Amino acid sequence: MNKNPLHTTIDKDDISLEFSGELTLYNLHEAESLIHALKLTNFQNIIINLQNVSYLDTAFALFLTDLQEQYKAKIQCEDKNFLHTLTLAKEHKKKLDKTIIRTKENLFAVVGKATYEAYLTFISFMEFIGRVFISFLYYCKDRKNIRIKEIVFEINASAIRALGIVALTSFLIGLVTAYQAAYQLERYGGNIFIVDMMGISIFRELAPLITAIVIAGRSGSAYTAQIGAMKITQEIDAMRTMGFDPFLFLVLPRIIALVIMLPVLIFIADMMAMLGGIIVADLSLSLTPSLFIERLREVVSIKHFYVGLIKGPFFAFLIASIGIYRGLMVKDDTQSIGFNTTKSVVESLFAVIVCDALFSIAFTNLGI
Amino acid sequence: MELIRVKNLKTVFGDKVVHNGLNLHVNEGEIYGLLGPSGCGKTTLLREMVMLQEFQAGSIEILGKKIEQISESDAQELRRKWGVLFQFGALFSSLTLAQNIALPLKEYATLSDTIIEEIVAFKLDLVGLKPSDAFLYPSQISGGMRKKAGIARALAMDPKLLFLDEPTSGLDPISAREFDNLILQLRSMLGVTMVVVTHDIHSIYNTLDRMAIIDNKKIAYEGSLEEVTSVKSDFIQTFFRDER
Repeated sequence: MNKNPLHTTIDKDDISLEFSGELTLYNLHEAESLIHALKLTNFQNIIINLQNVSYLDTAFALFLTDLQEQYKAKIQCEDKNFLHTLTLAKEHKKKLDKTIIRTKENLFAVVGKATYEAYLTFISFMEFIGRVFISFLYYCKDRKNIRIKEIVFEINASAIRALGIVALTSFLIGLVTAYQAAYQLERYGGNIFIVDMMGISIFRELAPLITAIVIAGRSGSAYTAQIGAMKITQEIDAMRTMGFDPFLFLVLPRIIALVIMLPVLIFIADMMAMLGGIIVADLSLSLTPSLFIERLREVVSIKHFYVGLIKGPFFAFLIASIGIYRGLMVKDDTQSIGFNTTKSVVESLFAVIVCDALFSIAFTNLGI
Repeated sequence: MELIRVKNLKTVFGDKVVHNGLNLHVNEGEIYGLLGPSGCGKTTLLREMVMLQEFQAGSIEILGKKIEQISESDAQELRRKWGVLFQFGALFSSLTLAQNIALPLKEYATLSDTIIEEIVAFKLDLVGLKPSDAFLYPSQISGGMRKKAGIARALAMDPKLLFLDEPTSGLDPISAREFDNLILQLRSMLGVTMVVVTHDIHSIYNTLDRMAIIDNKKIAYEGSLEEVTSVKSDFIQTFFRDER
C-alpha cells in the first residue's frame, strides 16, 4: 500500500487531487481526512486525477463519486475498469438516494412502540389463556380426549424428577430460617416461639414460594425450550396438519400435570423445611423434637397448612401456561429460544409473586 | 375432477400484500408445482391450503370443502385425507421413525400392534427405507432419510392429497433425482395427487404435470411445461432460459 496516496497541486482557485497507488477501503479513511483538511469549498475547479492509480475498489469509488457530486469535481481517468467501477457506484447511489429515507426515532416513538408491543403480548397471552380454557372444556367433553399417558409422562418429567431438588432446597431454607430465628429468640428466652414462627412462615409462605421458584426455573424453562424447539423444526405445524391439536397434545397435559403435582411438592417442601426447623431447635435451642411437634399442634392451626397447599395449583397454572406460551412464541430462529426461555422464567416468577401478594390480601380480608 | 380450487385469494402480512386476486386449480391425479421467486408466497399459499395460516379474502376449496368457513369436525376429516411433507421433515424428535409413522394410525384407527408394525414396515419400504431404520430417532439419520421418513409418515393414512414443501432442497443431486423418482413412483402406485413447492429446475422437468408460477402477487402462468417459455415475465424468462 502506498504511504501517501494523495498529491495536491494548488493554483489560486483551482486544485488538482492526484491519487496514486491502490485506492481501497484500507486507505479510504486516510484520504478522507486529508481531503477534509483541504477545505475544498474554497476552490472553484476541482480536478480528481486517477492517472497513476493502479487499483480502485467500489468503496473508494463511492467516496469519489460523493466528492464529484458535492463539490462538482471533475474526474480525470482513462482506465476502462475504473470508469466502469465509478459508473457502477454512481448508478447505485441514485437508487440508494431514493430508497433510504430512514428517520431516526425519538424517545416517544421508542417508548410508544415498546408499550404497544407489550400490550400486544398481553392480548396474545389472553388469547392463549382463552384457547387453553376452550380446549379444557373440549377435553372434559369426552373421556377419550384426556391423554393419561402424556399427563403421567409430564408428571414424571416435571415433578417427580424435581423431588430431590425441591426437598433439598426447602430443607436448607428451613434450617437457615430456624437458625437465624434461634439466635434472636434465645436472647429473649423465647425458645419455644420458634415453633410458632416456623409453623406460620413455612406453611403459609416459604414452602409454596420456594417450590414455585424451583419449578419455574426447572420445569417452566424446560417447557419453553421443548416447545420452542418443536416450533423451529415445524413439528407443531406437522401436528396441526395431521389433525392433532397441540393444545390437547402438548399444552393441557403439561398444565394438568403441574397443577396436580405442585401441591404434592409443596407438601414435601413443608415436611422437609419443618425437619430442618426441628433439627435446629434440637441442637441450638435444646427443644426436643417431641416437644416441637406437640407445640406445633397446639399453636399452629391447620388452616395455615391448607392455605399453603391451595396456592399450589394457581402457581402451577401460571408457571406452566407462561412457559408454554413463551415456547409457542418462539420464531424461526435459534436466538429466539434463549430469549423466550429467559422471559418465561422471569415472567413466571413475577406472576407467582404477584399471585402470592393477591392471596395475602384476599386471605387477610377474609380473616383466614 | 378438481381437488383444489383457489379463487381470488388475498393474503396480507401487516402492510405487505403477499397475494392479491390469485386463482388456480389442481386436478385429480396430477403433480402440480408452485413456482416463483423467493418471497413470492409459495410456501404461504401451501400453508394456507393446509389450514396453518389464515388468509384475508377469497376462497380455497379442497376436496369439495371451502376451508375459510369450515367446521372443526370437517377440518379434522380433511386433515386425515391429506399428508404434508415439511421442508425439513418435521418428524417428532422424541419418537422413532416407526413411532412417527404409527402415530396417526394409533390415534385415528383401532388397530392391533402387529398390523400397525406391518403397515409401518410397508410404508418404510415404499419410500425406500430399510426396516432396520425404523428404530432410529430423527436426530440419527441424514437429511435425505428424514425427508423419506417424512413422506412415509404423510402416507400413513393413505391420503388422497400430498403437499410437499421443497422436497429436494438441501439434498445432493443424486438423492434429489432419487426423490423425484420416488414422487413419480408414489403417484403411479397410489394415484395420489401432489402439490409441490419447488425451486429445483430438474425436479420441475422430471416430475411436474402442471404448474402455477406466482409472481407479483398473482399467478403469472398456469399450465403445462411446454408453453411456459412463451410467457412474457422476467422471472419465467430468467428461470427457464438455461434449460430451453
